[in-house]
Amino acid sequence: MTLVKEAPARPAQKRSAAPVAGRRGRRRENLAGYLFMSPWIAGFLLLTAGPMIASLYYAFTSYNLFTPPKWVGLDNFTTMFQDPRWQKSVEVTLKYVVVATPLKLLLALGVALLLAQKRRGQALYRAAFYMPSLIGASVSVGFVWRALFSDGAVVDRTQKVFGLDVGGWIGNPDYVLYALVALSIWQFGAPMVIFLAGLKQVPQELYEAAEMDGAGPFRRFWNITLPMISPVLFFNVLLESIHAFQVFGSAYVVSDTRCGPADATLVYTCYLYQKGFKEAQMGFASAMAWTLVIAVALVTAVLFWSQKKWVHYEEAAK
Amino acid sequence: MTSVTSPVAHAPNERRRLGALVWHVGALLVLAVVLYPVIWVLGASFKPSKDIIASLDLLPTKPVWANFSGLADGISGISIGSFFSNSLMYAGLAVVGVVISSSLTAYAFAKIQFAGRNLLFTLMIGTLLLPYHVLLIPQYVLFRNLGYIDTLVPLVAGKFLATEAFFVFLMVQFMRGLPRELDEAAKLDGCGHLRTYWSIVLPLSRPAIITSAIFTFINAWNDFMGPLIYLNTPSKYTVSLGLMMFRDQEGISNYGSMIAMSLVALVPVVAFFMAFQRYLIDGMATSGLKG
Repeated sequence: MTLVKEAPARPAQKRSAAPVAGRRGRRRENLAGYLFMSPWIAGFLLLTAGPMIASLYYAFTSYNLFTPPKWVGLDNFTTMFQDPRWQKSVEVTLKYVVVATPLKLLLALGVALLLAQKRRGQALYRAAFYMPSLIGASVSVGFVWRALFSDGAVVDRTQKVFGLDVGGWIGNPDYVLYALVALSIWQFGAPMVIFLAGLKQVPQELYEAAEMDGAGPFRRFWNITLPMISPVLFFNVLLESIHAFQVFGSAYVVSDTRCGPADATLVYTCYLYQKGFKEAQMGFASAMAWTLVIAVALVTAVLFWSQKKWVHYEEAAK
Repeated sequence: MTSVTSPVAHAPNERRRLGALVWHVGALLVLAVVLYPVIWVLGASFKPSKDIIASLDLLPTKPVWANFSGLADGISGISIGSFFSNSLMYAGLAVVGVVISSSLTAYAFAKIQFAGRNLLFTLMIGTLLLPYHVLLIPQYVLFRNLGYIDTLVPLVAGKFLATEAFFVFLMVQFMRGLPRELDEAAKLDGCGHLRTYWSIVLPLSRPAIITSAIFTFINAWNDFMGPLIYLNTPSKYTVSLGLMMFRDQEGISNYGSMIAMSLVALVPVVAFFMAFQRYLIDGMATSGLKG
């Protein structure tokens, strides 16, 4: 995220050395700029800004696609908050976000630390660890997960060796969400690569100096590595938690299109999909979508606020 | 320093070798866990249906081809090839759309000084964090009113209109890193922006463009929610929907073919990944980090 903050126009670039003469030149630059980004502007107005306004409107209506939307005020929201399945979906989603995100990042960081050491075959390991991130979102892997975690399959049998008998995670409402968590953790490649790039930028002199002062590996990690990679950690926490809030495909496929059993994997977007596209309650689904936007915005805001306390940017140190 | 090496150098050398051993053991352990599901599906696709769940063996004791040959029949009258060509069409159009629209937009952000650029850039970054689901319903209503349900248009329209902010961002970051002297020289030589974009910036941005293209292909290939919402006719289904249909029709009874088809569906993604993994992984890392 560091870069996102720095990104808008670097000061050095602001006054271009190129001969852009006078008002006419500036107007021509403006025109060129808007022409080049006309696809984005069209896309933004048509597919982002317009739909956002429309969905805000739908959120206050009763709308089934076939008859025109009917204004109902806050009804969707009051029904939603009292809806036990909605409450369940919030609970399931929060549980998923809170369990999956830290575990995934922990594994990503652990493996990144391992790969940051210069060893033979490093590139091969890095590629292999990244692969699940690309295939993990596919229906294929959803099926594989169902097979691995079903009754009598590998995970079930392995557990029995340790005296745990739950009869497969897929059919058990207390466990099935953790099969999804496992699928999410398995895809640790993307944050791992970002951690790796961050680790590469930590100046080696810092470690050498700390070693001279007698700091052990744990202290070096805590006092040097962690603060130095905190911007990258922040970036990963932000992106991964936002993604986790929006999980859909794996929940839908792994838990048999009904996000069950017993609504155990009824993640927020799964309920939104059911309401909108199965029951044609577009107004209710829009109210749900806006509640999600607000929740994600709040999480983002809290993270941005908290970064003052734990994220160290190099500029601040200077 | 050199004069004292021989007696002392022994110990660090040994310790270094031990360190390497511990490192490889650790890395291999993680690798075994990570690759287990991949190897499992590879093995399972050659097992008879009844063994797939029940057998604990990672690889089949007696490999059978039946799972794959069964795929030739297709699913309720639709050939597997149909799903594949639909997916290819979707992914191909998505790649073309993203490459053209995102690179044009990124050029504007990175190389043109126009009024309001910073504001628009902030808006563009903002869309990165916006949950897609808030757009889902109104976009569906829009495409439905325009009569585009059951076509690829809703799936690829956004790609041609640069709505994939991640790739725009990635290309902007890359183009900003190109030496400014190049496009200034072009300007002095009388090149307009179109010429500079086409002859200078675009060829030099190849790594960022290839990264975006490959990610777009893989995302479109794996996309599930989009086709689920917009496609209704089985003959227009993509591979992900074909897989779901397969499961509904055959269920547990034909587990073998289901797993075989899952494996076949993964082939393009894994092949792309193998061929381009350097680009992908470096692109992923630099997009998040370049200043």
